[in-house]
Amino acid sequence: MNSFEWSSPRDIAQAAGVATTTVAAAMVSQSGRLSTDGVVFKAGGIDLLDLMKEGLLAPRGIVNLREIPDLAVIAQADDGGVRIGANVTLAQLAADPVIRTRFLALADVAGNSASPQIRQVATIGGNLLQRPRCWYFRSRDHHCARKGGEVCFAFAGENQYHAIFDHNGCAMVHPSTSATALVALGAKLELTGAAGTKRVVGLEQFFLLPEVDIQRENDLTPGEILTAILLPPPAPTSRSIHIKQGETDSFDWPIADVAVALDTAPGGACRAAAVILGAAAPVPHRAKAAEALLVGKTIDADVARAAAHAALQGAAPLTKNAYKLPIFETLVRRAILAVVRGG
Amino acid sequence: MTSADTRSQKYPVGIDSVSMAEIERRVPAGEAPPLPPNAQLAVIGKSIPRINGRAKVTGAAPFTVDVKLPGMLYARLLRSPLPHARVMSIDIGAAERHPGVRAIHVINDVVGRAVETTGQNTPAGTSGRRVLYVGDPIAAVAAVTPEAAQAAVDLIKVDYQPLAFVVDLEDARKPDAPRVFTHPVHGESFAGGNPAGAALPQQGNVLGPNKSGSRGDAAAGFADADVVVEHEFRTQVQTHCCLEPHGLVADWRKDGLTVHMSTQFTAGIRAELAAAFGLPLSRVRVIVDAMGGGFGSKSSAGNYARAAVTLSRQANAPVRLVLDRHEEQIDSGNRPATVQRLRVGARRNGTLTAIAIDTYGTSGVGLGAGIGNFAQAIYDCANFELLQSDVFINAGPGCAMRAPGNVPGAFALEQTIDELAEKLGMDPLTLRERIDLSAVRREERRIGAARFGWNRRRAPGSDSGPIKRGLGMAQSLWGANVRTNSACEVRIFRDGSVEVLSSVQDIGTGIGTVLAQVVAEELGLRPEDITVRIGDTEYPAGPPSYGSLTTASITPPARNAAYQVLRKLIEIVAPSIAAAAGNLVARAGRISTADNSRSIGFREAAAQLPTDQIGVVASRSDDYAGFARKMGDMASAQNALGGVQFAEVAVDTETGIVRVERVVAVQDCGRPMNPLQIESQVQGGILQGISYALFEERILDRHTGHMLNANLEQYKILRSRETPAIEVHLLENYQGMSATDAYGIAEPSNIATAPAIANAVYNAIGVRLRQLPMSPAAVLAALGRIPQRSGPT
Ligand SMILES: Cc1cc2nc3c(=O)[nH]c(=O)nc-3n(C[C@H](O)[C@H](O)[C@H](O)COP(=O)(O)OP(=O)(O)OC[C@H]3O[C@@H](n4cnc5c(N)ncnc54)[C@H](O)[C@@H]3O)c2cc1C
Ligand code: SF4
Repeated sequence: MNSFEWSSPRDIAQAAGVATTTVAAAMVSQSGRLSTDGVVFKAGGIDLLDLMKEGLLAPRGIVNLREIPDLAVIAQADDGGVRIGANVTLAQLAADPVIRTRFLALADVAGNSASPQIRQVATIGGNLLQRPRCWYFRSRDHHCARKGGEVCFAFAGENQYHAIFDHNGCAMVHPSTSATALVALGAKLELTGAAGTKRVVGLEQFFLLPEVDIQRENDLTPGEILTAILLPPPAPTSRSIHIKQGETDSFDWPIADVAVALDTAPGGACRAAAVILGAAAPVPHRAKAAEALLVGKTIDADVARAAAHAALQGAAPLTKNAYKLPIFETLVRRAILAVVRGG
Repeated sequence: MTSADTRSQKYPVGIDSVSMAEIERRVPAGEAPPLPPNAQLAVIGKSIPRINGRAKVTGAAPFTVDVKLPGMLYARLLRSPLPHARVMSIDIGAAERHPGVRAIHVINDVVGRAVETTGQNTPAGTSGRRVLYVGDPIAAVAAVTPEAAQAAVDLIKVDYQPLAFVVDLEDARKPDAPRVFTHPVHGESFAGGNPAGAALPQQGNVLGPNKSGSRGDAAAGFADADVVVEHEFRTQVQTHCCLEPHGLVADWRKDGLTVHMSTQFTAGIRAELAAAFGLPLSRVRVIVDAMGGGFGSKSSAGNYARAAVTLSRQANAPVRLVLDRHEEQIDSGNRPATVQRLRVGARRNGTLTAIAIDTYGTSGVGLGAGIGNFAQAIYDCANFELLQSDVFINAGPGCAMRAPGNVPGAFALEQTIDELAEKLGMDPLTLRERIDLSAVRREERRIGAARFGWNRRRAPGSDSGPIKRGLGMAQSLWGANVRTNSACEVRIFRDGSVEVLSSVQDIGTGIGTVLAQVVAEELGLRPEDITVRIGDTEYPAGPPSYGSLTTASITPPARNAAYQVLRKLIEIVAPSIAAAAGNLVARAGRISTADNSRSIGFREAAAQLPTDQIGVVASRSDDYAGFARKMGDMASAQNALGGVQFAEVAVDTETGIVRVERVVAVQDCGRPMNPLQIESQVQGGILQGISYALFEERILDRHTGHMLNANLEQYKILRSRETPAIEVHLLENYQGMSATDAYGIAEPSNIATAPAIANAVYNAIGVRLRQLPMSPAAVLAALGRIPQRSGPT
């Protein structure tokens, strides 16, 4: 790991005033040699330090956001929804009574990520902004397209953990399982720019496919701070769930994860549905055909089965990851039925 | 032995839960008298917490990485980023000019791999060497800080001429595959699977087949068979994943070399380094305190330790070299991959008529990817044919890993035996009753089946829902190994304190605790009264911690030394209590006559010593009934070790996820010395076996030659939530073979797990998995659930 300058601002205005680069920009290089002039934000540091220790990132300076108290609160929002500070940890989310009752998918996902130790440190903001875990991307010895190189190694190589959708030029899967749940819950992000200007953008729109920009996963601009995640109030008749399936259950990433949120009329038909697949594509993948199939129906096992099948429409597995298809289909079906049955 | 040197004694023999008898043995005169079965002993055979347990769980126990010497430098290795290349030139100029650098060593001679008779590995200056795999060490730097060492490594300029390479086992067998070695190779079987063999045919990257081990006439056997089962099995490369990485602090001084090293064989490292650096044994000292695992990979000094010693000699300062996790994964050894084609023939009544195995595997640039002696030795079968080949690929060399050979070997054979049982319409246990001559395993099957509830086993695929449960079992076989070159000293001091000393090291199994028990039992003291000094070649040379031979090798000399030093003490004190020395025994802290009428406290007795201390060094005598095999210092007892394991699994047929819910293990190790520690060994063997069965796999990129999961994140390994309920039952199997009659446990407990799980998976879903790991992708493929438009992995 390289030496770097360190600063720890106490408020958002101060932090937003520091000239920074995004981590994505700081990692791009034409030559494959590390750039050493970026100044980057750090929250919990789980992902940032991983990248530095693996020799993939060598920033000149680190701006620590952890000392900004405003960023670490979960608060009721004016619209009846919830405002989650970017520095709220996964452990905090998993234990929060409001999240647990009104946004179950988020509580699920926070409580099942990584390991207990990591959850104590990892922030939800950093989680949404973490970089891909593609093993070529994480290897100093593979200068792939996402890092400014010429090729993607995954297509001809070991792609068992890679994408089955939308892998146009890059087949990484978005690493955040929280993103899967938050997209299902209709989350928006509040971003604060250098001059203190704020913008609010839908989380789903925030993520970028490789065909839009292969070198960054999202639309964060230099100097911008993610200040909050905004959750709209869920309809009282809606329920959500997140299921993560790893090869192991401890300290592991998913091979597939699924978030489902359904709003169902009491005793009746489904009014609104969100079916989002994680570990499936370079962004959280919305299974539109499945959603369309659910809306307007009274959901039973057959409807769930049909929707699960529809969720994989357009899937294009690579040489080694077709096994993900039956897993996704199973998880979607089980998630839908679990929501319907209140399980 | 003349009769004056020996005496006759009666020893208890038999399995405690079956029946006990006595046998008369002629034993060397200095041997301690026979021990009764464990039930009649005070300390041996009791579950005693390990003596350094508290230090370990509180973090106080010193590991090699904690060693800090004054003026110590930090070393890093430069490793090849290419899987195959000729090193044209190495420029260390810029690295030398780095202000923190104290020594640079260019590595020309490498060890631990196959050696070409000409060409490769000959030190033809800095431009002659070929690097053979990603991670092949090229140079080492010692500097004042770890950061400076890394910075200097990065400053070394190497001009490589890349060469064609191959990392895929099947690709490597093709006639037109790039050649890893271009000349005939020789070398030892590092991976321990089986002898690489001298003068084997070598075609391209394939060395072999080695036909040794065959017997009878397989063709005739098959002609005689009513039923034949034949299948191919594939096992993956598993890495050792020691929690404590490989590392050492080398301290070269004018008067000799001291090495603090995480090693499973202090005395062996001493011999290896003495020979490598032209030093007398008396001038090399190797020390290890607490250790975080080795599993076979820390048995020799390797390139990294040689580099550290060289740097220390050059810099005139102690040098610390500790590998990082990435280096651990790519260049600290591994369990070779195998492809085994098995054919087993039997008569309708189950009698085996022939076993034929054609196997190849890869130990990277090393040798010895064979399948051990499992199939050769476990079942009664007159006709046995074995063909074994090594295939070279451009990957780090394999080395022995917990029950080398037998682990992949058992995975294939134990599934085949189950399949045979099914074809014969027999229960798997019934078939084994017929073909397994071992009385020990018969009892183990009986106990295991009862504890496990084998009678709950149903027809394959009986569950109707998507989650299907199944039961399976498999057996284990491993040599009862001994190293006769194993010595131990016991000292009694004038204040009554007692020391036991040997260079034997505690790899984590708790041998120090067992030594304290043995000496305490003999001296009538408590284990905590004994000071244990081990892990240092200043003490009498002890055995390695591999081959499951440590307890078998070092406890008999420990007991004999304790016995003999006690006799000396008794001779001295007998007159003071007016008793005949021959009449006195040590028990409950006193030395007393058999009828307890006269006695003296151990402490008061020791106070009568004419000198500050007395001591006796004893070394391992041969097994009383002789060994089955003996080669140099190494021997195998006549009775093999074994065990039987039963596994219960749940298979989610919609996701392919397999979870092991329960394992029952019944194991034998002669006389169990400390059941608590043995159970912990067996649990470790089972956990490593589950991890091998379901999760672990080294993944190499065939286009770049790099290991893609060279960490503990993407290299999947069992952790807390994958840990099932485990029950361990130990047989007491007395054979009257040595002063303790104890044998090993670590390896036998790792052999049956994967096949027991595979058999249980079959019982759950009715489809056999003949490939490891049994990942979701593999399970779904076996179930035919992966859409055809693209192939499974
Ligand atoms: C073994 C393992 C298993 C894991 N399993 C999972 C899992 O199952 N699901 C999952 O979702 N994650 C998982 N993770 C990832 C982990 O949860 C994330 O790395 C973590 O949440 C990142 O948060 P952090 O606060 O440490 O971010 P940091 O490392 O501090 O930052 C991450 C990135 O975000 C940027 N950043 C952080 N905060 C802000 C801000 N407020 N404004 C602008 N930029 C910011 C940083 O510059 C950096 O680029 C796992 C990690 C490990 C090691
Ligand atoms: S999938 Fe994306 S991140 Fe991975 S190697 Fe290809 S371009 Fe790089």
